[in-house]
Amino acid sequence: MSTNIILCGVGGQGTILASKLIASAAMGRNVAVKTAETIGMAQRGGSVFSHVRLGDGVASPLMARGTADLIIAFEPAEAVRQLPFLKPDGCVVVSSRPVVPVSAMTGGPAYEYEAIMAYLREQVANLVVVDADQAAAELGSAKCLNVVLLGAASRAGELGLTEEDLLAAIHTLLPNKLWELNEQALKYTASLS
Amino acid sequence: MHTEFLMGNEAIALGALAAGVNVVAGYPGTPSTEVLETVARRKTDDVYVEWSINEKAAMEVAAGAAYSGARAMVTCKQVGLNVASDPLMSLEYIGVKGGMVVMVADDPGPISSQTEQDTRTFAQFSKLPCFDPSSVAEAYEMVQEAFELSERLGTPVFFRATTRVDHGYEAIEVASPDEWRHNCPEGFVKDPSRWVIFPRLSVVNHAKIEARNAALQDEFSDYQRNLILPEAGEGRRLGIATHGINYAYVREGLREDARPRVLRVATPFPFPERRAVEFLQGLDEVLCVEELDPVIERQLTYVCGKYGLDVHIRGKLTGDIVPSGENTVESVTAAIDAFLGEEPEASAPAANAPTLPVRPPVLCAGCPHRASFYAVKVAMKGKKTIYCGDIGCYTLGNAAPLDMVDTCLCMGAGINIAQGVFHVEPDTTCFAFVGDSTFFASGITGTINAFYNQADMTLVVLDNSTTAMTGHQPHPGTGRTMMGEVVEKVSIEAILRAIGLTCVETVDPLDHKLAVETVRRVAAQPGVKAIIFKSPCVVLAKPQAHSFVDPDKCVGCQRCVKQLGCPGLVPRDGKVVIDESLCCGCTLCEQVCPFGAIGGGQRIAMDLGQAGGAR
Repeated sequence: MSTNIILCGVGGQGTILASKLIASAAMGRNVAVKTAETIGMAQRGGSVFSHVRLGDGVASPLMARGTADLIIAFEPAEAVRQLPFLKPDGCVVVSSRPVVPVSAMTGGPAYEYEAIMAYLREQVANLVVVDADQAAAELGSAKCLNVVLLGAASRAGELGLTEEDLLAAIHTLLPNKLWELNEQALKYTASLS
Repeated sequence: MHTEFLMGNEAIALGALAAGVNVVAGYPGTPSTEVLETVARRKTDDVYVEWSINEKAAMEVAAGAAYSGARAMVTCKQVGLNVASDPLMSLEYIGVKGGMVVMVADDPGPISSQTEQDTRTFAQFSKLPCFDPSSVAEAYEMVQEAFELSERLGTPVFFRATTRVDHGYEAIEVASPDEWRHNCPEGFVKDPSRWVIFPRLSVVNHAKIEARNAALQDEFSDYQRNLILPEAGEGRRLGIATHGINYAYVREGLREDARPRVLRVATPFPFPERRAVEFLQGLDEVLCVEELDPVIERQLTYVCGKYGLDVHIRGKLTGDIVPSGENTVESVTAAIDAFLGEEPEASAPAANAPTLPVRPPVLCAGCPHRASFYAVKVAMKGKKTIYCGDIGCYTLGNAAPLDMVDTCLCMGAGINIAQGVFHVEPDTTCFAFVGDSTFFASGITGTINAFYNQADMTLVVLDNSTTAMTGHQPHPGTGRTMMGEVVEKVSIEAILRAIGLTCVETVDPLDHKLAVETVRRVAAQPGVKAIIFKSPCVVLAKPQAHSFVDPDKCVGCQRCVKQLGCPGLVPRDGKVVIDESLCCGCTLCEQVCPFGAIGGGQRIAMDLGQAGGAR
């Protein structure tokens, strides 16, 4: 039994820390973890993704298309880019805030936000949209979007990890001064329902 | 022993430390960089570690350490091995006393490299043993075995991993520092018959190398990691041969209860021939699942010929596996399904997905390289020019709207390419852009070549006081070492003047008007001249202020967006707004706006007089 998770977004958004938090939380439950990260050139504002695979019987850190139980997308267009990895009844947790690349303003394909969001709604039955701007305003920081999304994923039930597991990971990996903000971020989406 | 969640490169570093490595030298390059950084972070006080100025220097430092009986490791990416190949090809003949591991990270794809070269092939070429791990856990153990073998045989050995092992993570068991091997080097023992290479010595040692590799081929046939997974289920006379991360992909693609025989090759050179014959016995067909070169496929084809085995070897050479690029779980699964004659799983066709924006890597908001390129572009408008680029973040200056990199080949090449263009087209104004770390790595010789051979070109050093692309490693211009020492900085300006250049100007590229004037003035001079654009990398020196657009003054002309292509400038509702989360307040857009609509930024004051700590 294994759980396949993809985290995706734009270089610098905090996807790598999010995948480390999931791994730490899983290890806290004695669940085997393998992950693969995008590191290097793509970090400069490029598309980035992490594959996180939890559970036994996993040989490869990368998963096949059509096998992700959960996609945690830090950016709507990146969610669509990774959608071929989602299994038919998989869950997508997505930040609603677009990051418009320079290429879209200098002659490349435009960022069709409405079409992208409509496509996600149409393709993904189990879709959780997180209003990142509102979260940043209420939490007073845009830097904990990753933990906001992890909280939402945990609540959606597809992560296989509880809020307590993730809290323990936050305490393990982050310095004390960031605990309070990230605890609030973790619980943020619960406060909305 | 304890469990840690480690990146492959971290595991390789901890494996080397557990093996008692004494000296580690390297040059940064994705996907290899974290190995040396982890050694520096986790080492005990008696381990020496350095970022060398390039891979050739690293190889020679490590060789000297290994001559002295130390265990030494070199770290680099595959193209770095090319730079280090001169000393390595000779070191092959001389050998070492302490164990010496050459850790090379290959980059199928390529994801962040110029080439898709295969270090397994380089191992065959250089006649040096090569290890090829399949997982993070295996990398940790195998690097220790590599040190053992190297020291026992007195030869450097390759430890070669690919991106998905280097940058994969796993929770693995590792030794604690008190369990690490402690290696006390004997020191260098003078012996000209051993350490001084001459043709006479080389011919004698060449024979020894061939004999050693023949014996090693046999030894590796018993190496537990060159393993055979027996077939399961119905007796089909099929086999799969693979290596590295592809072994994991193959296992994902096979059913436990009905699978062909599998050979995993952990030592591609010397090839474990006897084990291969054992694998091939009784098979009709074998699919070789490899990334980069068809190393195993060629070896198995050779073995079949040599031993008269009637086995059809398939892979890249027969069109069953794509000849280039990175393999994936689905590409390997599809190839295996086709090989086994099974129907591929039908994948649902993607419904009309919307066109997505393309997201190539870009220069950061506030990056001083953008200002440098823009200044040269404005200053040279209308002139016949060539802009020779180089390796680093500033290669990204090729993208629209800057479009300021006409060539990029390899580290330091741009300076010499500009000269070649000049000798053919003397009426072209030739520029070469090079970063500070690349200048130290391989730009100095090219500059001397230009000066000596009477070229006419402008060298533009983009000095952001770090090695930015690979994650901000120190270099000779930063005044810091990997041992944590604060040392005298090496001044780029002083080097250029020492070569003989009389026109060398250091300027802050974010002072746009002055930067443009400087480019015009310097480029008009005859001969070789240089501009040093000095401004710190914004990732390291992020200022507090950021710019904002006055919506009453912004007329929506989008000149800032179209001229600069800064990710912090976002068109919205017919005007432009600034993304505060990205803006660094570099003020370049403020200086470019014809309506004075942007303000509030504050660029970092540069003390240009102390540029590079000139002595």
